[in-house]
Amino acid sequence: MPKTQGQPGMLGRVTGALGRSRELTLVALIVLMCAIVSLGAPQFLSISNLDQVTAMAAIFAIAGIGEAMVVMTKNIDLSVESTIGLVAFLVGVTLRQGDLPVPAAWLLGIGVGLLLGMVNGAVITVFRIPSIVVTLGTLSIFRGLVFIIAGGKEVNLSDLPAGYANLATDTVLGVPVFVIVAVVIVAIVGLLLWKTRFGRQVYAVGSNAEAAAILGIRSRLVTFAVFSIAGLLGGIAGVMWGIYFGTIYATSASGVVLQIVAAVVVGGVSIAGGTGTVVGAALGALFLALINNALLVLQLPQELLQAIYGAVILVAVSADALLSRRNKGQAAQEAAR
Amino acid sequence: MTPRLELTGISKRFAATAALTDVALRLLPGEIHALVGENGAGKSTLVKTIAGVHQPDAGEIRLDGERITIPSPAAARAMRIAVVHQEPRLFPDLSVAENIFLIAPPTDRLHTIAWREMRRRAANLFEQLDVKMDVSAPVRGLSMADQQLIEIAKALSLDARVLILDEPTASLSTHEVERLFTIVRRTKERGVGVLFVSHRLDEVFALCDRATVFRDGRHVITAPTSELTTASLVRHMVGREVSLFPKEASTLGEPLLEVRGLSDAAGFRDVSFTVRAGEILGLAGLVGAGRTEIARVLFGIESRTAGEVLLDGKPVNFRSPSEALRAGIAYVPEDRHQDGLVLDFSIANNITLPILPRLFPRLLLRARVEDEVARSFSEPLRVRATGVGQAVSALSGGNQQKVVIAKWLATKPRVLILDEPTRGVDIGAKVEVHRIVSELAATGLAIVMISSDLPEVLAMSDRILVLHEGRVAAEIARSDASEERVMFAATGQVEAAAAGAGHGG
Amino acid sequence: MTAPAVRSRRLPLASLARWETLLVILLVGLLVAGTQLSRFFLSANNFANLTSSVMEVAIMALPMTLIIITGDIDLSVESMVGLAGAVLGTLMLAGLPLPLAIPIVLIVGGLGGWLNGLLVTRAGLPALVVTLGTLALFRGLANVILGPTVISVWPDWFTEFGFGTIAKSPIPYTLVVFAVLAAVFWLVTHGTWLGRQVVAIGKSKDAARYSGVPVASLRNWLFILSGVVAALAGIILAARFSSARNDNGTGMTLTVVTVVLLGGVDINGGKGSIPGVVLAVFVLAVLQNVLRLAGVSSEFQGIAVGLLLVFSVIVPQLARQAKAALDRARRGRRPPAGSMAAGEINV
Repeated sequence: MPKTQGQPGMLGRVTGALGRSRELTLVALIVLMCAIVSLGAPQFLSISNLDQVTAMAAIFAIAGIGEAMVVMTKNIDLSVESTIGLVAFLVGVTLRQGDLPVPAAWLLGIGVGLLLGMVNGAVITVFRIPSIVVTLGTLSIFRGLVFIIAGGKEVNLSDLPAGYANLATDTVLGVPVFVIVAVVIVAIVGLLLWKTRFGRQVYAVGSNAEAAAILGIRSRLVTFAVFSIAGLLGGIAGVMWGIYFGTIYATSASGVVLQIVAAVVVGGVSIAGGTGTVVGAALGALFLALINNALLVLQLPQELLQAIYGAVILVAVSADALLSRRNKGQAAQEAAR
Repeated sequence: MTPRLELTGISKRFAATAALTDVALRLLPGEIHALVGENGAGKSTLVKTIAGVHQPDAGEIRLDGERITIPSPAAARAMRIAVVHQEPRLFPDLSVAENIFLIAPPTDRLHTIAWREMRRRAANLFEQLDVKMDVSAPVRGLSMADQQLIEIAKALSLDARVLILDEPTASLSTHEVERLFTIVRRTKERGVGVLFVSHRLDEVFALCDRATVFRDGRHVITAPTSELTTASLVRHMVGREVSLFPKEASTLGEPLLEVRGLSDAAGFRDVSFTVRAGEILGLAGLVGAGRTEIARVLFGIESRTAGEVLLDGKPVNFRSPSEALRAGIAYVPEDRHQDGLVLDFSIANNITLPILPRLFPRLLLRARVEDEVARSFSEPLRVRATGVGQAVSALSGGNQQKVVIAKWLATKPRVLILDEPTRGVDIGAKVEVHRIVSELAATGLAIVMISSDLPEVLAMSDRILVLHEGRVAAEIARSDASEERVMFAATGQVEAAAAGAGHGG
Repeated sequence: MTAPAVRSRRLPLASLARWETLLVILLVGLLVAGTQLSRFFLSANNFANLTSSVMEVAIMALPMTLIIITGDIDLSVESMVGLAGAVLGTLMLAGLPLPLAIPIVLIVGGLGGWLNGLLVTRAGLPALVVTLGTLALFRGLANVILGPTVISVWPDWFTEFGFGTIAKSPIPYTLVVFAVLAAVFWLVTHGTWLGRQVVAIGKSKDAARYSGVPVASLRNWLFILSGVVAALAGIILAARFSSARNDNGTGMTLTVVTVVLLGGVDINGGKGSIPGVVLAVFVLAVLQNVLRLAGVSSEFQGIAVGLLLVFSVIVPQLARQAKAALDRARRGRRPPAGSMAAGEINV
C-alpha cells in the first residue's frame, strides 16, 4: 500500500497558497524586497528613483505581455529585442529628419512593429516551422535592418525635439505616463484574454492543441494573431525605449530578450503553454526592474545582474515543475482511492 | 418512428484491415441502445465515424431522416451529436465551466464572455446531473470520473439529439456508475437517442432498451435486451471463426518468474502468479483491467508499490528497461509504433538496438555483423521484406510485429512478455506469430501473453489469468477454459465463484 | 497470404545525400563568386583568415549537432565561451600556468553542461528554458569574475595557437583542432553504437527507452560534452583575439545553431550528419569572407546568417510538404499520422 500522506505542514500550506497564485507571490516578493532594500538605502523609495524603476519596468512589461501571449500558445519569440531596437531607431531617425510630426512617427514605429510580428507569424504558420528557429533567425535579420538604417551612426538626444526625453518621467496626477500606458495595455490585453472568445482560444491552443483541433479551433490563425500582437506591443515598447534613452545606438536593446522571457517565466506563464496572466507578466517585469535598481542603490556590483536573472529563471521554472508534479502526484493518489 | 440516427451499409478500411464491413444501426428517439462486442469488433471505429473523426468508405448516415455527412468533429457538434469519449479530451488549464462552453460561451451586450452566466449555466448542468462540482476550478488534477462528468455536462449543454457514450464507466466507481445511469435515463426521456458502448454486460441489461452486437467489424444481431440473456449475448460476441495455430504441448520446467502480491499506484492490486519454463500464461481481461500495467512494472518502466517479483527464485526489482533486459526479460509492447519500433530505422537497426553494447563491445559498428545477426533472427520468423536494410515503416503490421519479436529474441531472453501481439495484424501473419510463440515456449522460454483476443488466449495459453478491475478474477486451466468462462470473469460476472482463485504463492 | 506491398521510402527529394550535394554546389558557387570578387580570394592568407574566423563556431556545432538530433537544444554555449575566457584569464593572472589552467577551464565547462543536463533530464524541464536561464547565468558569472577588466597579455605560444598557421602552410592550428574533433564526432556518430543510440533517442524516446537505451544519461552526457567543447571554444577565442572580456562569444549561439540546421540537421530531432555540418561550416566561412570582399560590413552579416537559418529550415520543410502532397496524390489517401509530426508549430 502507498504511504498515507500526512497533513501538510504550516510551511507547506503557506507555499501552497502562494504557489497557487503567482501574482500574489510576486506582490509579496516585491513588497518584501522594497522593504529590505529601503532599509539599506533609503533613497530607493525616493520619487525620482521610483520613476526611473517604473519607467523601465513599464517598457519590459509591455514587451513581456506580448511575449506572454506567445508563450501561452506554446511558442516563443526571441526576436522581440530586435523589434524594440529597430522601432526605437526608426522613430529616432524619422524625428531627426523632421518629416513627420511626433505622433505620426510613433504610429509609424508601432506599425513597423506590427509588420515584423506578422512576418514572424506568417513564416511560422505558413511553413510550419518551430517558432524558436524562425525568431532566432529574425532576431538577427531585424537587427541587421537596424544596422542598415543606422549606417554606422547613432541617433543623439540633440537630434530630437526639445524636451522629448522628458516624456519618460512626465506624470499625470503624480503617476508617470509610462506607467499609465503600461496599465492601460495590461487592462486591454487582460480583457482581451479574459473576456473574448479569441482570448480563450489562445489558452486552449496552448493547453491541449489536439483537443483544440477537434473543437475546430483554428490554431494557426490564433498563433499568427498572437505573434502579430507581440510585434505590435514590441513596437510600442520600442517607441518608449527611444523616449527613455534619447540616444539610440544600432545595438540598442541587444540582449533584453532574456529579461523579457525572464519576466514572463517569473510571472507564472508556463513555457509548456496554456497558463498565465498578463498581470503576472507585468509584475514579473516590475520584479526584475526592482532587482536591477536595488543593485544600483545598494551599490552592489552591476555585474551580478545577469547571473541573478539566470538564477531567477531557473528557480521559477523549477518551482513550476515541482508544483505541477506535486499536483499530478495528488491526482494519481486520488484516482487510486 | 423516424430514427434519430440511422446508419446503413457503413464500411471502413484501414490499410490492410477491414474495421467495419457493411454495418447498420438504427438509433430511435428516446432509447438507450447498447453496442457491444469484443475488443477489435469495430465499436470504436463506428463511434469515431459518427463523431466525424473517420469518414466511412461506403454507406449512408441519416440524422432525423435527413441524409448527412459528418466531415469533422466540429460538424458533429453543430448537428448536436454529442460524443463522450472513453478518454476525456479536456483543457487541463481551463476551468470546468469553460471546458463546457469554450466554443459557444454565453456573451453579454458587448459580445464579451459573460463569466458569471457561464458559471451559472455550468452549475445548473451539474445540478441537473445531481453532482457537486466546483465549476471555476481548473480541470487539471480532477479525477477521471469528474472529467467524464464534465464531458457529459458538455453533451447536455449542446442539447444533443444523439448522445454517444463510449465506455463511459471504465474508470468510474459503482456509486458513480449509478449516478451516471440516472443521468442517462433522464436524457433519454427528453427524446435523445443514446448509444451506449460497453463491455460490461450487467450494465447493458440494467440500462439499455436494445442491444446491437458487432463481431469482426460486422453486424451480428440487434434485439431488445428483454429478449436477450447474458449467455446469449456472450455467445453472439464470441465464437469468432479464426484459423489458429494452437500451442503444442510441451513439458513444463522450473518456475522462472514468480509474482507475489504485486500492486502499483493505480492500475492493479495484489496480483500473484507463476510462469514456468516452456509455459504460456495468458493474461485476459478488458481494456483497463491492469494487464499492461503489470507488464510495465515487470519490465522496469513503472515502479511497484507492494509485492515482490522473483526471477529464478531470486527477488528482483528493475528500475529501468535496460536492467530488465540484462536480466533476461523481454517485453513486446502493446503500441508497436510508439514504443516497439523506431519506425525510420531499418529492420537490422531495430533488431540490434537493445543488444548493441553486447554485440560491439569495442564501440565500432560493423554493418555486416549487424545484418547477419538481424538476418539470423528475422529469417526464422519469415519477415517479408526486400532485406534487413529496409525501413520498418514500409512493412505491414504483421511483419512489423515479427521484427519486434525478433528484436527481443536477439536479447536471448528467458521470460518473454507479449502485449497484444497480434493486434492490427492480418490473419496470415497472426497464425505465424502464434507458431513462433509456440515454438519459443517449446525452447524453454517462460511466456506471458496479454491479449484481448479470446480465441487466441484460449488456443495459446497453458493457463489463463483473468483480471477484472486490477485484481485477479479467475485462474483457469487450459482444460477448463472456454470463451464464455473467460468473458464472464473478465466482465465481473462470476466474482463470487472466482473469489478464491487468486492463489497464494 | 498476400505479400505486403513493398516499396522503397527513399525519395530523392528529401534524401540526405541530396542535401549535402546542395551544400557542395552552394560552396562551389560561393568560391567562384569569391574568385570573381578578388584575386586575393584564393591566397593562402585569405584561406587561413576565413577558416580561423569560424573555428569556435565550428567546434561548438559538433556537440550541438548531437544535442539537436536528440531533440534538445543548448542556447547557453555562447555564455560558456565568455565564462571560459574569464576563468582562464583570471587563473592566469593568479599565477597559474596555462597548461594547468586549461584543464580546469574544461572542467568548468563540463560542470556547466552538467547543470544543464541535470535540469533537463532530472527535473524534466524543457531544454529551451533551462539553457536560456544558463545563457544568462554563465554570462553573469563571467561578468562577476572579470567585471569590466580586459585581459590582453597572454603568452606568445598561446596567441600563436589562436591565429597562427602550421609552419609555412596556410593551415591554422585551430583548423587542426577542428579537423581532429570533427573526425572523432564523425566516427562516433556514424560509426559506433553510441551514435546509433543518439539517433534512436531523437526518432523515438519511448522506443529507445523500451529498447534499453539509457536515454536520460545519454542526454545528460551530451550537455556535458557541449559544455566542455564550448569551454574549449572559449579558450580558442581568447587566444585568437588575445583577449578575455566578459562579452566574449556574445551572439555565437545563433551562428552555431544556424550552421547545424544549414548542415541538414532536423530541428525536430532524429536526423542529421556530421559531414553535412562540416560542409555548412565552410559555407558559412566562405559566405562571410565573400560578403566582406564585396564590401558588406560585418554588421550586416547578421542578416545573411539569419536568412540562411530561416531558409535552411524552410527549404526542407517545403520539400517535405511537396513530397507529402505528391504521395497523397499518388496513393489517393491520407498520410499516416506519424508523418505530420514535423509540421507541429510548437517550440
